[in-house]
Amino acid sequence: MADTAIARRTRSFGRKTRGTYLRRSLVIIYLTMLVIWPVSLVAVETFSDGNSLTHALSDPAVTKAIWLTVQVTAWAVVINTVFGVIVSLLIVRYRFPGRRLYSTLLDLPLSVSPVVVGLALLLAYGPRDGFFGPALQDMGISIIFSTPGIVMATAFVSLPLVIRELVPILEEIGTDQELAARSLGAGPWQTFRRITLPSIKWALLYGVVLSLARSLGEFGAVKIVSGNISQRTQTATLVVEDKYLEFEQGTAYATAFLLTLIAVAALVVVTFLRPKEEQK
Amino acid sequence: MSIEIRDTAKNFGDFVALADINLSIPSGGLTALLGPSGGGKSTLLRIIAGLETPDSGTVEIDGVDATNVPAQRRGVGFVFQHYAAFKHMSVAKNVAFGLEIRKQPKDEIAQRVADMLKLVHLSQFADRLPSQLSGGQRQRMALARALAIEPKVLLLDEPFGALDAKVRKELRDWLRRLHDEVHVTTVFVTHDQEEALEVADNIVVINNGRVEQVGTPDDLYDNPANEFVLSFLGPITTLGGAAIRPHDIEVVSPTVPDVVTGEIVRITRIGFEVRVVVQPFDTAGRPVDDQVTVTLTRSEARELGLTAGQRIGLRPREGSLIPAR
Amino acid sequence: MTSTTTNSPVGGVTDTADSGALRAENKSPRRRVKQSRHNLTRPAGIGLGITVVWFSLLVLIPLTLVIIQAVEGGWDNFTTTLSNPQTAAAIWLTVRQAFLVTVLNAVAGTLIAWVLVRDNFPGKRALEVIIDIPFALPTIVAGLVLLSTYGPRSPIGIDIANTEHSVFLALLFVTLPFVVRTVQPVLLELEPEVEEAAQSLGASKFQTWTKIVLPALVPAISAGATLAFARGISEYGSLVLLSGNLPFKSEVAAVRIFSYIENDNVGAAASVALVLLVVALIAIVILDLISRKVARRG
Repeated sequence: MADTAIARRTRSFGRKTRGTYLRRSLVIIYLTMLVIWPVSLVAVETFSDGNSLTHALSDPAVTKAIWLTVQVTAWAVVINTVFGVIVSLLIVRYRFPGRRLYSTLLDLPLSVSPVVVGLALLLAYGPRDGFFGPALQDMGISIIFSTPGIVMATAFVSLPLVIRELVPILEEIGTDQELAARSLGAGPWQTFRRITLPSIKWALLYGVVLSLARSLGEFGAVKIVSGNISQRTQTATLVVEDKYLEFEQGTAYATAFLLTLIAVAALVVVTFLRPKEEQK
Repeated sequence: MSIEIRDTAKNFGDFVALADINLSIPSGGLTALLGPSGGGKSTLLRIIAGLETPDSGTVEIDGVDATNVPAQRRGVGFVFQHYAAFKHMSVAKNVAFGLEIRKQPKDEIAQRVADMLKLVHLSQFADRLPSQLSGGQRQRMALARALAIEPKVLLLDEPFGALDAKVRKELRDWLRRLHDEVHVTTVFVTHDQEEALEVADNIVVINNGRVEQVGTPDDLYDNPANEFVLSFLGPITTLGGAAIRPHDIEVVSPTVPDVVTGEIVRITRIGFEVRVVVQPFDTAGRPVDDQVTVTLTRSEARELGLTAGQRIGLRPREGSLIPAR
Repeated sequence: MTSTTTNSPVGGVTDTADSGALRAENKSPRRRVKQSRHNLTRPAGIGLGITVVWFSLLVLIPLTLVIIQAVEGGWDNFTTTLSNPQTAAAIWLTVRQAFLVTVLNAVAGTLIAWVLVRDNFPGKRALEVIIDIPFALPTIVAGLVLLSTYGPRSPIGIDIANTEHSVFLALLFVTLPFVVRTVQPVLLELEPEVEEAAQSLGASKFQTWTKIVLPALVPAISAGATLAFARGISEYGSLVLLSGNLPFKSEVAAVRIFSYIENDNVGAAASVALVLLVVALIAIVILDLISRKVARRG
């Protein structure tokens, strides 16, 4: 049945009219002007004067920023993955008061301005007038203007991405297999590792790659909580702005080019992950 | 409103969906297009509706060449297997759709919708959304929607295919009665021979893009034109190397002359029927051929007192026909 | 299955909520039956506790502090900040441009989704990737690439840097995926038979589109538009290089918040932030209502 339905779909939509070509051209022109061309110009700008890339990679401000970004991203992704898996399981598999509210609030970070995220973290953990800041300062823990703050800001903005991938899949696979495994004597951890995890692994990986891309690219929130101190709390995106404003445009473009490369690679990876999952 | 299909062919890439079909569908009848999946029957129906354009040939509806008339202006009612309900509209709005497109006066539309809903027994559901109806109710809504525009012909593509067995049976009887009331020329596609035999006035058997046979249910069942039609319409078994229906075999004593003798392998009771599987022997008592399936009524079986392992004789019943090859 | 990506970084909300609700309706009578208030096992309870604490520390408490900070100074402080002509101009510019971008997105996003689902041509998969680029690309890089294309060094001589149009362009870039990704799955689910049914009932192509297809897409379009709007009003990174942040001309609300923070005026920053938060919350509520409505309709 499904085959005939699909055959029929392609059949009746196979007819190409003038409108088809008009719409297709409009879309291609729109996307070219808005995305394809501008993004490809980064590569052009980077390689136009030859050695921007090597120049950028020999600048300690750039290399230290990239290294910080890698560390921060790793932390944020690990935190969000663990958090995301647990929360998704809780929301889909359990019923508790406030569940609906919790799942709605979990989407909040996607709608909050990065600048507001920075402000919020500043108000909570700022060393001088933050809500927790002074107390933590007394214990020798500093969050704002150091790595933990940057990790928190990054984790904040990419928090829902894993959850949004996992929840639909968990709902779809249902509990039958898990219940079967439990009835065969598997414990909760065995059930998760041998039944649940294999069926969600592609969605999980997809969510992780998205979190990764989002974390690498966070700018506004990080700019506020990091203090933007060169070679110490400056991340890769902050370097792009800094170098551009300091008229080191080649370095700015080279760093932007590296970030673009990672973003596009992440997208290509997730696009090729999808069909694999569907074929199963 | 008869339908004439002449020399119609349709290919999808390399796949031949229809190869030169010639078919005449009589006015006012209930015709079934019967055949296996992928045989081309749905394509033919869609060509009649104008949802598909034939590569060659013509379609004439009510004496008018409709080959190049778009679906929109063909005045054909079409019912889809999966209802194709307009999900954002109430049942009444669904039924009214075709009439509103035709810009008929509001009160006339309201009247017609009420009549149609009454006809399909959905009056009390007028304000519901399709998602609040069962599958059978949705399909009745789709029928009312198609009939509301007073179509010249009503086409149904596997209309009961998505429904469970019980609802399917009910709707089938109901379609038959509805057709006796409305009398619109109706063509429906099915792969279920029982459905075709039970509902249709005429059956067109289609396979591999060709018409195998056209006739009344009795015709096709009793005088199949070829082995495909024989095997597709109803159960079939082989006795002495020839195809025959299992209920056309008589069980007699093995001593009766000119019978196939054999031993009962298994007896299964299925509702009012008893199915007897027999291993035939040659004259020397060695097993030959494939096992034969014989269908008897319960009382026949009881009278004969059959048991597994028993030796019996088999012969075709009088009047049972073996198809012309 | 078709090869089109139906899931996406930004489009999950409606279809998720939708299918979830449907599923609950179809096969879990459990939900309808009166049940105890929770079914948490002990480990699940501990897990819930830990995640709620983390979520509170990271998201809820800091955001609440923003609200407290904004209202603490009293209504006066709030109104003073918002009646500052420069701030008011920034908020007005942000809302206006975000709205315009949202409207264009609703149209362009639907068109793109339509082409991606219904058309077939070489390079279509590449377009799928390209749609998501604005989501994955760091915002500062987005600003930089737009600046090099439509800035003072533009290869085609279009220079909109430091103008209101630059805000429009940047927002258009970063909000591109939202409508596309919410409409796409709905369009994929739409049975072609429904359109054929409309045609056989006498509807023209245009009538089929306006009376059948569009109404089915409207919830998804508005959901995507809501997301785009929320994203638009809060945008910062892509604007810092491109818009020049000229007061009364190209300075947006997020930039305004940033300057208040830099000047240690957190009260004023919080006031503007509160405005953005409220607008974002309204967007979420609208989104939730829409997805519930869609779920009910099935």
